[in-house]
Order: sequence, then structure tokens, then C-alpha cells
Amino acid sequence: MTQPVLSGSIQRRLLILLFCASALLAVLLYFVVQSVARQVAQQSQDNILAASALSVIDSARSVDGEVIVDLPYSALSMLDSVTDERVFYVVRFGEDVLTGYAELPRPPLSKARQTAYMSADFLGEEVRIASVSRSFSADLGRDRLEVSVAQTLSGQRQTLARSSRLALGVGAGFFALAAVLAWLTARATIRPLDRLAASVSRRGPTDLRPVTAAVPQEMAPLVTSLNGFMSRLEASLNRSEDFIAEAAHRVRTPLAVVRTKAEIIQRHIRKPENKAAMREMIGAIDESSRTAGQLLDHAMVSFRLDSLAQEKVDLASLVNDMVERLRPVAEIAEIDLVIVCSDPATIQGDGILLQNALRNLLDNAIKYSPADTRVEIRLTKGDTGISLQVCDEGRGFPKAGDADLAERFTRGDNVHGIVGSGLGLTIARDVATAHGGRLILENNAGGGACASLFFPSS
Amino acid sequence: MRFLLVEDNAPLATAVVDRLSLDGHVVDHAADLETAKDFSATTSYDMILLDIMLPDGDGSHFLAHQRRKQSRTPIIVLTARSEVSDRISLLDLGADDYMVKPIDFAELEARCRAVMRRRGGDVSNQKVLGKLRFDSGTGVLNIRGLDIQLRTRELRLFEVFINAPGKIFSKSALVDRLFSYDDDVSENAIEVYVGRLRKHLSGSDVGIVTVRGLGYKLEQS
Repeated sequence: MTQPVLSGSIQRRLLILLFCASALLAVLLYFVVQSVARQVAQQSQDNILAASALSVIDSARSVDGEVIVDLPYSALSMLDSVTDERVFYVVRFGEDVLTGYAELPRPPLSKARQTAYMSADFLGEEVRIASVSRSFSADLGRDRLEVSVAQTLSGQRQTLARSSRLALGVGAGFFALAAVLAWLTARATIRPLDRLAASVSRRGPTDLRPVTAAVPQEMAPLVTSLNGFMSRLEASLNRSEDFIAEAAHRVRTPLAVVRTKAEIIQRHIRKPENKAAMREMIGAIDESSRTAGQLLDHAMVSFRLDSLAQEKVDLASLVNDMVERLRPVAEIAEIDLVIVCSDPATIQGDGILLQNALRNLLDNAIKYSPADTRVEIRLTKGDTGISLQVCDEGRGFPKAGDADLAERFTRGDNVHGIVGSGLGLTIARDVATAHGGRLILENNAGGGACASLFFPSS
Repeated sequence: MRFLLVEDNAPLATAVVDRLSLDGHVVDHAADLETAKDFSATTSYDMILLDIMLPDGDGSHFLAHQRRKQSRTPIIVLTARSEVSDRISLLDLGADDYMVKPIDFAELEARCRAVMRRRGGDVSNQKVLGKLRFDSGTGVLNIRGLDIQLRTRELRLFEVFINAPGKIFSKSALVDRLFSYDDDVSENAIEVYVGRLRKHLSGSDVGIVTVRGLGYKLEQS
């Protein structure tokens, strides 16, 4: 059988696509969670810094033209309460630094924006700075009082690292869940296909009924054309079988009339030369009917080989039946059919074909044996396989092991005077081959031919 | 023997009836299943020859019908179908044997004998001549209480003689009766079998006599 050409697997392709989509979504989720966490952390720090700066600026008052700024305890404690960060501050009035770290960078403030934030490096550490400002009147004149509070970022870093780990966990969890769902989806999508394939391949070679199992809409065209193929195949097989049977009937019935009439005439003829002519005529009728029979058998055998049945065949009883069936024919020719050995042996295959193969071997043996001889049939089961051997005491094969004899219409060069079509061994060989065996032709040491069907044990 | 032939092809049926009559058999012919059922219900036959494709049905229905009636008459199916098609079911349905057309009458005779043998002996097969008793069913010749089993060709040759004691048979007529048509035989072969029969008969008062220039006949001394 021809193996189908594979172009990947739908299930694998579906799985890969779904996995990629899940991975992409998981990475996206990770970044979204992380960025939201960072924003939230910064926002809350900014708010605290701004509140702290506000509470400082709120405490500013003008006393005797002097600007008095207290650092309220709450302003620093609210920062302390967050973490153990280092805190810096600076209070400026206009361009003058009133108190604090003069080097602390200034976030850009304007009249419109009274609160501003920035991140900057200060004293070798990254800090977040919040500044608030308002107008203030003092002796020095009216100017902007500006308070900046800064805090180092290591605490926020820690918070961010924690939330980053959380985001990673969320992303990985999402991916795992999505992967499981993707696998289930792929399985569920493929299952109807698997079911169809299983139900088709479970069938025997002769089961050509249409597939009736319910299938998804997308597979309906496939199943419809499969059923179409099978019904056409069945019709064509039935036609060939009917044709062969009909042809046999058409050919054999007139031949039967001719042969019977010829036998009657033969009885009434007195002149020896006419009798001899009539004998030859009847011999020719037999030859043509045997050839027609074997041609039709050969056609039927080829037809059956195409859809080889796989039933359990008991070879011992098959041999026994066939020998009993041919015994009267052998008796006419005074030949003794003897089953020498009959091991119990069974084989998987088509009983009718095996029977036909054996019949052809026995026919040959009877045909080519002189009167008062034996034809021995041996069914032996050994380690290497089953052998079904038919040996006669006739003229033997012209050349031992001559495989050409099994070719169609080939006959040995020592068959003069014997009717034959040259198809018997072809049929036997074809049947043996179809059952994984072979036809072996050899000559007995003591004279006579041995034809065997050999089926190696698998 | 009394045969019932069930065959719808008229020329073939006529030929078979004529051919079997030549050997001294009585044959009734039925062209369809209904007639065949009527015949088999009213007459007792030794053997039914049944064609399988008939105008009013399949011959296998007749087989089933006969077996339902528990008829013991042996049935040989005549089929034109391929050997590989449907014979197994015929034997399953209760046919005793089958033959593929065209019929070789020597083979038919041999098959009838084999079927009879399987069915067991029948007194009607017994023939007595002088001190000799012959059972054509089993092929056993009994001379003064001593059984001799005849081989096929001896048996068939002896049958020809004992069915018509005193009648002269030419060598060529005997060749026709004994050998199949694709055998390459000379009339000398007849002498061999006549010789064997003479040896078997030597203890009895029956012998095969040569009629010079004409042939042989069976004679009681």
C-alpha cells in the first residue's frame, strides 16, 4: 500500500500556534503588571514626598520680615514611616538657599505648576525629588518660597522587585493555564478526525459500506467523497464478480451441450477412424473448457486477491476436504491420493483462494501421473513455517526449481499429450504470494514432481 | 439408476438425458424448481442432478427445501459458476457434491459411486451371476464367499460386462467407457484390464471370453 505523503500534523500546528499566542500574552501581561506596579509605587512615593514638602511649606511664616521655616516632626516622620531611606531637603526663597542641601537638583517649577517631581542622582544615589512652591512676602521682597524633599529609591526598588516577581508568577501561571487549555482545545478539535480514521481503518478490506457516523460540518465533504469512492468501488467490484460468473455460465453451458452430444455420437460410431476423430474432438472440447475455466478462475483469483479476506483457515481440514473432493477424479485415473502427514496448522487468509491453489496443484499431480501411482500430500508445520506439499510419481518438472513454469500460459516442454492451460501454477503462485508465502517446484530424488506452498511463520 | 435432472437449458437437458440413458439409467427432466419439487414428491430417485441457476429461483432453494423435507436422496449440483465463487455455501446447504459444467460423464459416474459409498451400501446395487455376487456400490466382487476389492477401471469394466451378460463389446467401445478423452490410450490397454479381471474371476464359473475379430463378452460356463 502507498504510504501517504505527510505535511506536518494539524494537531501539532494548532498546539504550536496556541502556545505562541499564550506565551506572547503572558509576556505582555508581565510587562503590564510590572509597569502598573512601578507607576503605583512612584505615585505613592511622590504623594508622600509632596505631602512632606507641603507640611514644611505650610509651616513657613513671616516673623518680623524674616522667613521662619520649621521642619515639622510629621514632615519627616511620614517619610520615615515608609522605609529607612535617607531623606534630603532644601528650602529656597527665590534663588537663595535658606536651609538644607543647596546642591539638591531643582525640579522645573513654574507659576502654573506649583508641584513638580523629578528623579536625579544625588551624592551617588538615585533619588526622587518633590518640590512645592508658593508666593511668599518677606523683608527681602515678594518671591517664591520653594521646598524640595528628596528620598533615596532603594525602598522603592525593593517594592518593585517584589511586584516584578509577582508579575512573573502571574505571567507564568497564565502561560501554564493557557497551555493546558490549548492542548485540550487541540485534542478536542482533532478528535472527530481521529474517530473517523479509526472507524475507517477498523473495517475489513471487504467492508465497503458508507460511513454513517456523525462528523463535524467541516469534515462532511471529505466523508461524502469517501463514501462516493467506496460505493463506486463496490459497484465496480460487484460488476466484475457478476461479469466473471456470467461469462463462465455463457461459455460453459454450450460447451456442456457439445461435449455431451459428442459423447453420445461417439457411442454410435462404428468405424474406428471416425471414433478416433471423435475422441480427439472431445479431447479438444475438454481442453477449451478447462482453459476457459482456468481463465475465469484466474480472473476471480486476481479479483479476490485485491480484497484479500483475513479469516482463520484450518489447513488440515482444507486439505482433507479437497482430497476427498478430488478422490473420484483420481480414482478414474487409478491414482491413489494419500495424505501422508497432516499437522494441525492454521493460517490467516482467504480459504477459497487457498483451496483453489491446492486444487490446481492436485489437478496437476493427477494429470501428470501414470496409472497405479500415488500422489502424496504432506502438511507439515516446522519452526520456519507451514509447508503444504503435493508429490507425484510422474515425469517431474523439466528443470527443477523452474520459476518460469509459474508464468501465465507457460507449460513445461515434456507435457505432450496432456491437456493444460498453463494457468494452474500461476494461480497457485499468486495465492501463495498474497498470503506472504511462495510456491516451490522441485523434483523428487526418486522421480516425480513436488510442488509446495510454503508459508513462513512471521 | 433413476435420476432426476433439474436443468433449464433445453438442449443440454436433452443431451444429458440421452447420454445417461445410453448407460441404462432412467432420467426424469424438470425444467424449473416447481416441476422438480413435484417430481421429487411423487417419485423416489437414486440421485438428483441440480443446476444452480434456474428461471424460477436459485437451485440452493431447492436444496434447502429437500433438506427441510428430510429427503435422503443424494444431490449433485451442476454449476457453470467459477470454481472460486460460491461452492462452499452449496456444500453447506446440503449438496453431496458438485460438478462444474461441462459434465464429464465418467467423472459423474465416479462421483455418484463415491456419494453412494459415503451413504452406505444399498441392496439394489447387488448383482448375482452364477456363483458370483457383485456390489457395484462398493466395488466388491464376492466369489464363493471370498471378497475381492476391484480397482476403479477393473470395476468400471466389470460393470459394463455384468450389466449385459453375453453381449459382445468391441475394444474401442470399451476404451470409450473406461478412459477419459484427454488420455492418450491405445486399445491394448483394454487387454491389460481384461487380463486382470480374468485373474480375479478365475475361481468362479463366470469368465470373459474373447470373440475373435469382434471383442469380448461375459459368459457363464
